[in-house]
Amino acid sequence: MNNIIFKLIAQRLGVMIISLVIVSFAVFAATQLLPGDVAEILLGQAATPEAVAALREAMGLNQSALVRYFQWLAGLAQGDFGLSYVTNEPIVDLIAGRLQNTLRLAGITALFSVPLALSLGILAALYQDTRFDRIVSGITVTVISVPEFMVATIAVLIFAVHLKWLPALSYANEITSLGHMLKIFAMPVITLTFVISAQMIRMSRAAVIETLNTPYCEMALLKGASRIRTVMVHALPNALGPIANAVALSVSYLLGGVIIVETIFNYPGIAKLMVDAVATRDLPLIQSCVMIFCFGYLILIMLADIISILANPRLRT
Amino acid sequence: MTDKRTTNWTAGDERMVEDAIRRGATRRDLLRMLMASGVAAMAGGTILGRASAAYAGTPTSGGFIKVAGATSSTADTLDPAKSSNSTDYSRICSIYNRLTFLDGAGTVQMELADSIESADAKIWTVKLKPGVTFHSGKSLTALDVVYSLNRHLDEAVGSKVNSIAAQMASITATDKTTVTIDLSSPNADLPIILALHHFMIVADGTTDFSKPDGTGAFKVEKFEPGVTSILVKNENYFKDSGPHLDGFEFFAIRDEPARVNALLSGDVHVASALKPQSLRLMETSNNVTTVKTAAGNYTNMNMRLDMSPGDKADFVEGMKYLINREQIQKSVMRGLAVVANDQPVPPASIYFNEDLKPRDFDPERAKHLFEKAGVLGQSIPIICSDAAGSSVDMATVIQQSGSTIGMKLDVQRVPADGYWSNYWLKAPIHFGNINPRPTPDILFSLLYAKTAKWNESQFLNDKFDSMLIEARGLLDETKRKEIYGEMQAMVSNEAGTAIPAWLQGVDAMSSKVKGLEANPLGGLMGYAFAENIWLEQ
Repeated sequence: MNNIIFKLIAQRLGVMIISLVIVSFAVFAATQLLPGDVAEILLGQAATPEAVAALREAMGLNQSALVRYFQWLAGLAQGDFGLSYVTNEPIVDLIAGRLQNTLRLAGITALFSVPLALSLGILAALYQDTRFDRIVSGITVTVISVPEFMVATIAVLIFAVHLKWLPALSYANEITSLGHMLKIFAMPVITLTFVISAQMIRMSRAAVIETLNTPYCEMALLKGASRIRTVMVHALPNALGPIANAVALSVSYLLGGVIIVETIFNYPGIAKLMVDAVATRDLPLIQSCVMIFCFGYLILIMLADIISILANPRLRT
Repeated sequence: MTDKRTTNWTAGDERMVEDAIRRGATRRDLLRMLMASGVAAMAGGTILGRASAAYAGTPTSGGFIKVAGATSSTADTLDPAKSSNSTDYSRICSIYNRLTFLDGAGTVQMELADSIESADAKIWTVKLKPGVTFHSGKSLTALDVVYSLNRHLDEAVGSKVNSIAAQMASITATDKTTVTIDLSSPNADLPIILALHHFMIVADGTTDFSKPDGTGAFKVEKFEPGVTSILVKNENYFKDSGPHLDGFEFFAIRDEPARVNALLSGDVHVASALKPQSLRLMETSNNVTTVKTAAGNYTNMNMRLDMSPGDKADFVEGMKYLINREQIQKSVMRGLAVVANDQPVPPASIYFNEDLKPRDFDPERAKHLFEKAGVLGQSIPIICSDAAGSSVDMATVIQQSGSTIGMKLDVQRVPADGYWSNYWLKAPIHFGNINPRPTPDILFSLLYAKTAKWNESQFLNDKFDSMLIEARGLLDETKRKEIYGEMQAMVSNEAGTAIPAWLQGVDAMSSKVKGLEANPLGGLMGYAFAENIWLEQ
């Protein structure tokens, strides 16, 4: 079993490196299609051809974009993310704080939403076609259909503007206590839970129900196992694969896709950093952000695969 | 200030108490209210003291506030030469000083300069104020000024005002406190030009602006581009008048509704650059005050005089009469605008021509002019876009007026992305959006001279150009005002740029924040709010 997992990890790491290179080239190609470069953007309306040429010269942007891209890639291979074109600071410094913020928000949201979603999904499967199941399914569909900016804005209006229970902004220079942290994160975490839970609930419910319909579960039932035992011991291990994948997909969204929540709660995460980078055509910063999203996504998918192998007796041997 | 703080006391509670006082609550009512919300009677005493002090009109010292700007990214900078938006301006105005600044009435005041004089408007002598020190303790000398101004001429710096600074042929330090600026040709506006935010004075030799050294009222304690900044009081500030605050945090909330909500919930004390649509919400709240700034930016309709149908003078004039300016001011801008008269010099300017009245809304006269031009009945395309703020609504208003007299105007709304490079200055009839500039000379040179980079309607007039050069070098203000007045009339009558209204900006703040006044250089007191405002406590 260990062999299989090690082989899988080795294989995945190889694929991961290739994927990262392909993605970075695709992003590079896409950024080349954007009008204007960093010198033109920085000068704005004052961008006369001479001024742009002089600034490009001063910023060291005279080489062709392709050459600069390969230089960046070579630097990355040695662990160096390079310097931002705009601020001229090391990208690691720019990203470090933002990544920490994003991971903190993603972590808290995952801690809260994954157990909640899985229990709701499994319970809904357990009590399939009961009123409980219908209520959970109904709410899930409703929540999927409401866009997150609406959830977030309504939450701010109610809890911050009218009731004044929670702050409207989720960024604080220092977090003083656990209570303070809970207050600050309450609204973004609830909003994001709305967004990512629905998919996990539906996926886990469907996966468990599907396994429940297999002959061996029927057999367990005929042998007199209780419904709870059938679900938890017989059905769930086999359903874990798809569930883990659904969780991985949902959680990976938290890494780079939460721009709306970051905007509404003015939370300085990495998604906003990347939008800034695109707006200023800061190529090394765009690339670095994309690498982080892509890396996080691939790691999560790999973890999901490992979990499904470990959980599934047929794949284990 | 901390000793006055009670636990669990939020900005919201504070406003609740003040609200009650305003509604005429007695001390006993308030105490009952406070007891009910669980605040100890002893703490209640300090709160009452604080709340009743809120009626005094003189500045009080101390306090830390949070100010929310409208825009921010990793491109945020503390380098005055590169600063490009309200967020950068707000920060640099508190860290550095300029040689001069413009007060609320639009007149030049001396800041770091003691005097700026010239006999011929070409060679200028700047005398510096004595006893001004940088945050680092170093004294301000002529060399700092020379270095700061010369940076704009170095193209490798990437200064936003490179083209304006280019007229400074030489900048030399005559002695320790005197700088001589020699212009390539006379320009009487130099003292106003030096009041632009970009001409802040930095310490000689500064190249790293992440830890800036200025003479300003506040020192930088923390600066993270695109995230936040914290500025603390400079105890050795050279002006006696300020600052009043102990410090402030400046960051941006780019989403406008989020900015409004943060102010209403008490998370920030000042929210800048609000939309007209939010104004009513602000005005219904007792705890929020608003300040409107008529800064002189405008959205205008440009009819190119070298293309059909703008090449027919009657068509252009007819369109100017077809604009229902009052409706644009009232319904499109919801009152946040001042009706304009088709020329770019704003009413706050000392050179504004009072005699030049806005054209009346006169569809019948427009119809007559269109008939004369032979364009009535033709379908005429008008390009508008969200890129030029409010232009879509303005175009719709004009289109509706046109339909009442049988004039078919085909309003084409195009995407904001790429609008400035693809449509602006190019389409026969399109909308533009012009930011305020401090002098008529800059406005006219940029927008109406024959060589102007942004001559929006291709207005070419030799007499106008020679008047522009004549006025630039004049030190005689009366004569100058006369020439600029005449030039405004020429633009209003002959150019193809219809300017229906000057747009106003709105900043909103907690009613505890006092001292913020309107300024012609822009919102937030021309961005120099920090040293002027105070927090009542």
